[in-house]
Parts: sequence; structure tokens; C-alpha cells
Amino acid sequence: MFATNRQKMIGLIGLLIVLLAAMWMSIVCGYTDTSWRQAVAALIDNNGSNAHLVVATVRLPRALIAAVVGASLAMAGALMQALTRNPLASPGIFGINAGAGFFIVVMVTFFSISSLQMLSWIAFIGAAAAAAIVFVISAAGKDGLTPLKMTLAGTAVAALFASLTQGMLAMNEKALEEVLFWLAGSVAGRKLELLAAVFPYLAAAWLGAMLLARHVNILMMGDDVAKGLGQRTNVIKAAAALLVVLLAGGSVAVAGPIGFVGIMVPHMARALAGVDHRWLLPYCALLGGILLLAADIGARYVLMPREVPVGIVTALIGVPFFVYIARRGITAK
Amino acid sequence: MKKHVTVRMGNYVSFLYDKKAAVVITALGAAAILLFLVSIGSGEMRISPFEAAAALLGYGEEMHQTVILTFRLPRVLVAWLAGMALAAAGAILQGMVRNPLASPDVLGITGGAAAAVVAFLALFSDENNSLTVSIHWLPLAAFLGAAAAAWFVYMLAWKNGLAPLRLVLIGIGISALMQAVTTLLMIVGPIYRASQANVWITGSVYGASWQHVSLMAPLVIGLLLMAMLAARHVNVQELGGELAVGLGSAVERQRLGLVLLSTALTGGAVAFAGGIGFVGLMAPHMARRLVGSAFGALLPTAALLGGVLVMGADLAGRMLLAPTEIPAGVFTAALGAPYFIYLLYRTRKP
Repeated sequence: MFATNRQKMIGLIGLLIVLLAAMWMSIVCGYTDTSWRQAVAALIDNNGSNAHLVVATVRLPRALIAAVVGASLAMAGALMQALTRNPLASPGIFGINAGAGFFIVVMVTFFSISSLQMLSWIAFIGAAAAAAIVFVISAAGKDGLTPLKMTLAGTAVAALFASLTQGMLAMNEKALEEVLFWLAGSVAGRKLELLAAVFPYLAAAWLGAMLLARHVNILMMGDDVAKGLGQRTNVIKAAAALLVVLLAGGSVAVAGPIGFVGIMVPHMARALAGVDHRWLLPYCALLGGILLLAADIGARYVLMPREVPVGIVTALIGVPFFVYIARRGITAK
Repeated sequence: MKKHVTVRMGNYVSFLYDKKAAVVITALGAAAILLFLVSIGSGEMRISPFEAAAALLGYGEEMHQTVILTFRLPRVLVAWLAGMALAAAGAILQGMVRNPLASPDVLGITGGAAAAVVAFLALFSDENNSLTVSIHWLPLAAFLGAAAAAWFVYMLAWKNGLAPLRLVLIGIGISALMQAVTTLLMIVGPIYRASQANVWITGSVYGASWQHVSLMAPLVIGLLLMAMLAARHVNVQELGGELAVGLGSAVERQRLGLVLLSTALTGGAVAFAGGIGFVGLMAPHMARRLVGSAFGALLPTAALLGGVLVMGADLAGRMLLAPTEIPAGVFTAALGAPYFIYLLYRTRKP
């Protein structure tokens, strides 16, 4: 849609403004609507009143987490789609979210770990384990790493982890009520400290992704071309995989497995900014943040006064999208 | 000596049996009965298979009879029936779609049934956790949910014909949707149902009662018999649409009938045993390796295997961490997901 760099820059700034507006909406709207004056006052000069408390301890963390997680998931999706050349690739479909979620549930139920730092590491390990399993499985076999096989292997691994997690919770019914909401993926009721524990890794991954963007562009031309141009493709692929694990694992540690953001957003971003990853990745980050913020605001209004986990809203939006891409056909190469 | 035996009765019943298949089916049947006896004998009070059999027949100690007849028998029977129904549903689907990856859970049919059942439980239960309408409606709800999901997947995957791969991908999407709907319903619905529903979604026969059995047994057995009668149509379908038309089959009508049959079987299993995953995928495959793909032999073999799988999973779930119960679905998934992956690995062109 945007052809020149100038246009792309303007588009990026426009999206940034939309993102900030969405964060603002996320702080102001909800069961107790606050006026913007009160919101500002709560942030600058908190007098401890109820309204101020809501803004500072509930709304603000929620908006920040939605923006950060949405951006991370979308970037992870974009990297995965580039890495596998599969338009259906995303942390949700490939079982990475489920793997991270499973590891966390195991550690919380069996070892009652509550250190936030530990939790984020566990999520990384889980994400890495799931990614490694899916990769090994789909690389084995007669015709190597086809997009379709990766998708199916990912689905199977996701189903396995999801079922194991469910089993764990079924055995431990007390834990269920605490974790049920979280299992579907939610940005509500998370503490800011949780985000703070994970944020350094996520920020580093964003930076790394931007630095890698140039190389990903070359990789997209195909392994042979990339090698011919002097790229050490394996190093680039490994680096990209590491970034995916950090982004997806970190997101799950904060918000649980939120699906379909990673699959939808890169397609939207590509429609806006083309296939150059130097532009595509920042577009993904902003669009992902906006999408998750919007889904989260929607989640408050669907069943007022009850809240719906945002992961359900993204699935409801995302499945039609998924079906559309699957119908359009995933190309073999 | 002939290798095959033909069974023919009138116009409607006709099977071709491999002699090897007859042996396999007999052996599996014996294994299923043995497992059944072990399973009703296992638990806090151990009863040997012989005593269990005696108790079933009305001899044996009175204590044994009470324990077996009131507590264990219903759940083991439900597990058996559910396994048979899911495996048969998978076998029909795989034969019809001609895709080894097709199964009720991959195609989202199990998910649809699960969503419908949770909706039913949420809508029609009161605070005392009991249903306000008769439980007889539950299988119907499950069937409608399964049928709706099947219809969705079929319609969305249709694009100048039905490419098997597109079908599987769309099925994955619809499964995700149904999962979202189910979670949504669990959160919206009464809290006291949530943990129960969670156990049930993973697939568990915990708390099955004679009421369940009395509803489920006629349904599943009737449907299995219908599936046996439809066996020769499946055989023709497996040759591919064009050849089937050439052989004079009313292909589309038979397809509809087979889909309905498979959906009803899935609904029947899910209504009482929950979303026990991967059985509909694994059992037909193993059966095909054992007896080949002539459907008259494949269907009973797959059904017996399915029954053994779910009974075994239930037994393991009861015994491994006793007194804590692990839902049977966890074991079938733990076994089935790697099997699915193995299939992917083996299929040259999926």
C-alpha cells in the first residue's frame, strides 16, 4: 500500500499514534469509565482514591502488557513466516505457546515456583523445547521440511502439550480456578512486575529482530541465493529461531498462550508495507500492539460486566483469517 | 484353500473376509475382554479377573459384586463404547476422505460436540449442579454440535472439490474456533460447572453411571451395526469419486449418509466420555496395518482397537497416581500425538 520510504515512514507514525490512542482507550474504558482528567491525575499525582487506584494498578499494567505482548507475538509470527516460508506459521499454530504454557503449569503446580524471574526462564525453555520438537519432527522424513508438514507437526505438538496441561489441571482442581483464565491467554490482572521481569528479554529480542531484518530479506530469496550472496544461512536461521523463542516464551510468561495474533498481523503488515523486513517488522510490532489492545478492550464489553480472556477474542477473529489463508492455498515451496 | 471368505445375506449384507482378519479380530476380541476383566478388577480393592468374571455372572462374593456392578462396570463400559465409537467414526472418515490424517478430532468434529455439550451443561443446570432437563437430550446436543462443525469444515474446505489437505487445515482452524467457544462457555457458564467441564473436555469416564450406559449402549451399538451395513459403500468410496460413480454408486448421497453416521458416532462418544483425542486417528490406522483396508474387516478391528485403547488409558489413569485420577484423554493424546507425527513422517506425499 505504501510504496516509497516517505510514505512508509508516515504510515509508521500514523500507526504509532493509533497505538497510543488504543492504549489511552484501554486505560479509560471499562466497567468503571474514568475521565481522562482523572487518568492523568492518577498517573502524575495519585491521591489513593478508588478511581486512581483502578487506573494505576489495573488499567495501566493491562494496557502496557497488551501492547508489549501483541507486538512481540506479531514479530515472532513474522519471523517464523519468513523462516519457514509458510504463511500459516505462528507461535500459536506451531505449538510454541502451548509448550511454554505447559512448562509453566508444571512448575507452578508441582514445584510451586512463584519467582517471576524463574517463570520467564521456564517459559523460554518450554518455548524452545516445543520449537525444537516441531523442527526436528518436520525436518525428518522423506521430503524434508515442507510448510505443510511443519504446520501439521506443530498442530500435533500443540495438541499434545495442551492435553497434558489439561490433565495436570484436572488432577489439581484447586489450581484450576487460578489458571483457567490464564490458560486461555489474558492480559487482565497481571502485575506490572511480571512485565518488568520479562521486558528486558523482549526488548533485546525486538532490537535483535531489527538488526536481523536485512539478513532475513536475503534469506527470503531462498537458501541457495542467500548462500551465493555469502550469507551464513544457518547462523541467521539459528538467530531468528532464538528470537522467536524469546518473543513467544516471554509473551506466554506474561499473558498466557494468546493465539492467532502471530498469524494475522504479519499478513496485514505485508499488505501495508510490503515484504521488506526492515519495514515489515516495525509495522508488525505496532499493528500487533493495536490488535491486542483492541481485542482486549472488546473483551471487556462482549459480556459486560464479566470479562472474556483476550485469547478467546483473538481466536474468534483469527480463525476466519486462518481459514481464508488455508483456502487461498499454501504454496509448497 | 481360499484366502477369502464371503459372507452374503440377501441384498444388503455382504462382506469379504480375509482369513487372517478373522484371526486378528478374534484375538483382539479376546484381548478386549481380558482387559475389561482386569479393568473392572483394578482399583482400591483388587479383584482377580476370574473372580471379576464370577461376580459378573452373579456368583462370587457379595462385596465384589457391589463394587463391580455399582462402581466400576459403568465407567469401564462407557470407556469401551466410547473407544469403539470414536475408532469407527475415524475409520469411516478416513475411508471416505481417503486421507490417513482425517479423524473426528483433527477435523474439528469432536470439538464441535464438546462445545455443544458444555453449552448444554451451562444452559440447563441449576445451582445444585444437577440438570434441569433430562440427560436424554445430551447426546442430541452433542450430535448437533458435531454435525454443525462437520458442516462448517466441509463447506469451507470445498473449492472446486474437496482437497484432503485443505480439509485437514480447515479442520485445524475450526478445532481452534470450537476450543475458543468451549472456553468462553466455561467462563460464562456457572462456575461450579467449570472444573467438572474441564475434566470432561480432556476426556474422562470418571463418574459414569448406569444411566449413561443405558443411553449410550443402544446408541453406539446400533450405529456400529449401521456402519457394518454401510461397509461395502465405504469400500467403493475408497476407490475414489469417479470410479465410485462409474460403479453405479449414488456417491453424494452415500457420502452424506456416511458423514452423518460418523458424526453421530462421535457425538455419542463425546456426550458421555468427553473429548478423548486421537483414538479416531490411531485405531483405524493400526487396524489397516493389521487387516488391510477391506472395510468389512477394518471396521470391527478398528472398533476393538479403539475400545482397548480407551479402556487401557482409563485403567492407566486410575492406577498410575492412585488415588488421584488422570483423565483418559491425557494418555490417548500422549500416545496419539507422537503417532500422528509418525504418520506425517511416513507419508511421502501427505
